[in-house]
Amino acid sequence: MARPIIELKNLSKIFATSEGELAALNGVDAQIYSGEIFGIIGMSGAGKSTLVRCINFLEKPTGGTVIFDGQDLSKLSQKELGRVRQSMGMIFQQFNLLMQRSVLSNVCFPLEIANVPKKDAVKRAYELLEIVGLADKAKAYPSQLSGGQKQRVAIARALATNPKVLLCDEATSALDPSTTASILSLLKEINKKFGITIVVITHEMSVIEEICNRVAIIDEGLIAEIGDVEEIFAKPKSKAAKKLVFPESKYIEQFVGEKCCRIIFDGRSSFEPVIANMILECKEAVNIMFADTKDIDGKAFGQIVIQLPDDERAAAKIMNYLTSKGLTVEEVLQND
Amino acid sequence: MIEVIAKGFFESLYMTLVSTFIAYALGLPLGTVLVVTDKDGIFPIPWLNSVLGVIINLLRSVPFLILLIVLLPFTRWIVGTTIGSTATIVPLVVASAPFIARLVESSLKEVDKGVIEAAQSMGASPMEIIYKVMLPEARPSLILGCAIAITTILSYSAMAGIVAGGGLGDIAIKYGYYRYQNDIMLITVAILVLIVQLFQEIGMKIAKISDKRI
Ligand SMILES: Nc1ncnc2c1ncn2[C@@H]1O[C@H](COP(=O)(O)OP(=O)(O)O)[C@@H](O)[C@H]1O
Ligand SMILES: [Mg+2]
Repeated sequence: MARPIIELKNLSKIFATSEGELAALNGVDAQIYSGEIFGIIGMSGAGKSTLVRCINFLEKPTGGTVIFDGQDLSKLSQKELGRVRQSMGMIFQQFNLLMQRSVLSNVCFPLEIANVPKKDAVKRAYELLEIVGLADKAKAYPSQLSGGQKQRVAIARALATNPKVLLCDEATSALDPSTTASILSLLKEINKKFGITIVVITHEMSVIEEICNRVAIIDEGLIAEIGDVEEIFAKPKSKAAKKLVFPESKYIEQFVGEKCCRIIFDGRSSFEPVIANMILECKEAVNIMFADTKDIDGKAFGQIVIQLPDDERAAAKIMNYLTSKGLTVEEVLQND
Repeated sequence: MIEVIAKGFFESLYMTLVSTFIAYALGLPLGTVLVVTDKDGIFPIPWLNSVLGVIINLLRSVPFLILLIVLLPFTRWIVGTTIGSTATIVPLVVASAPFIARLVESSLKEVDKGVIEAAQSMGASPMEIIYKVMLPEARPSLILGCAIAITTILSYSAMAGIVAGGGLGDIAIKYGYYRYQNDIMLITVAILVLIVQLFQEIGMKIAKISDKRI
C-alpha cells in the first residue's frame, strides 16, 4: 500500500449549463494506493460521479491533474487515452450491458476493442464468467438475467483487459441488500485474488463499512475528510462526515442540559454489552436516549447517548466505570 | 391486361427496392453523422450538425410532386431520360434519403447513453462505438424504420405516374384517370395496399425476431 496508482491534484470541473456555470468539483486532492479498496461517499449531487468520470477522463476536468500509474492523463492523445482506459475497468449502477449481445459477447467486447484475437478473447471470457459464477449463462442475453447477474457480467467485462483499477459508480445501488452483499464480497475477492485496486463510489455508509480500507467523504465538490474507514467512523470531524456517520445526530442535540453523556465506541473495545454490564456493576438505572453502534470485524463503532441519574455521586460512578473500560465519554454539548 | 399489371408490379417493386437501397446508402451515414456530431454526441461538430440539419429540413419540406418536376433536368442528366421506372429512382432517392436520415437519427438516439459511456470507458474509438455499439444496439429500431421507409418510397413511386414514371401508379393514372377504367385503377391500388401491408408485416417480424431484449 505504498505506491499511489491514482493521484488527483486540485481537480476541478465546472459545467457550463444553460443557467450558468456549475462547479461540480472544487479542487479535489486525493491519492489512491495500489491494491486498496478506496471508498468515495457523499450525498446525492455531491460530485461523486463527476469525480469518478474524471479519473478515466470520460469527463475532462477543467482544472487540476489526474495522474494514473505515473502518467498525466491530460498529456495523452486520444489514442493513448484509449489504451490507458483499457487498464481501468468501470462498472455502473445501471450495468450498461449491450442488450443485443449475448453474455459471452458482452465480456468479449472490451477484448475486441483491444484487438485480442477472437479465439483468445472467447477463452478469456469463459475464464471470467467462471470467476463471477456465470459460466452457464454465457449464451444468454442480458434481458434474461437478474440485476445481480447483470452486474456480475459487467464485472467480468470490466476485468477482461486485466485492468489495474476497477471503478465502481454506485454499482450496488440498484440491487437489493442480499444481492448487494454478494456483489460486494465478489469485489472483495477480486481485490484479494488479483490485487486490483478498487474505487467504490456510493452514498451508502454500509457499502463503505463492508469493503473499504480508506474512504474520502465528498461534499459540494470537495473532499471533506479522507482517511482510514475505522478512524473516520469513530471520530468524524467534518460536518459532512458526521452527517453520514450519525445520520440522526440532529435528534441528539435536544438532550442538551438534561445531563446526558455520549459514549463513543472507536473500535478499541470489543463488541460486548457495555451498558448492561455497567448497570449490573453500578446498580444505577440509566435512560438510553440514542444508540447507533456497529460491529465491524468484532470491534464496536458508533455512539450511545445515555441520560445520567440526577444524583451526582451515581453519575460520577457511571462515568468512572465507563472510562475505566477504555471508552471515550463526553457530555453532550451544544452544536455537537 | 394481366401482363400490364404484372409489368407494373415488378416496375414498382424494382423502383422501390433500388431506391430504398441507394437512399439508405446515403441516409444511413447521414443519420449517423447527425447523431455523432450532435453537441451531446460522441464526436461533437456543432457547425456540421447544423448545416446538415438545415439541408435535410429543406429537402424534406419540398412536396414530392414538386421535387419530381424540379429534378427533371437533373434526372435527364443522370439517367438520360425522364420517363420510366429507372428515371423515377432519381427523385425517389433525393426525396427519401433525408427522410431516412431522420429515421436513422431517431433510432440511434434511442441507444442507451450509459452503454455508449461503458464502451468509452473501455477505450473504444468513436468509429468503434458507431459500428459495435450504436448500430447493433439500434438494430431492431433500424429495421422497423426500414419498413416505414420502403412503404413510404412505394407510395411516392406511385405518385410518379403523373410524369409517366412507370410502375403501378403509372397504370392507375393511365387507365383509371385518363381512360376512366376504374376497375383497373382499383386493382392496382389494391395491389399497392397489399404490398405496403406485406412490407410492414415482414419488417415488424424481422425486428421482433432480431431484438434480444424480450
Ligand atoms: N453533464 C453535466 N452537465 C451539467 N451539470 C452536471 C453534469 N453532470 C453533473 N452535473 C452536476 O454536477 C453536480 C454533481 O453531480 P454528480 O457528480 O452526478 O453527483 P453524485 O454522483 O454525487 O450524485 C450536480 O449538481 C449535477 O447536477
Ligand atoms: Mg452519481
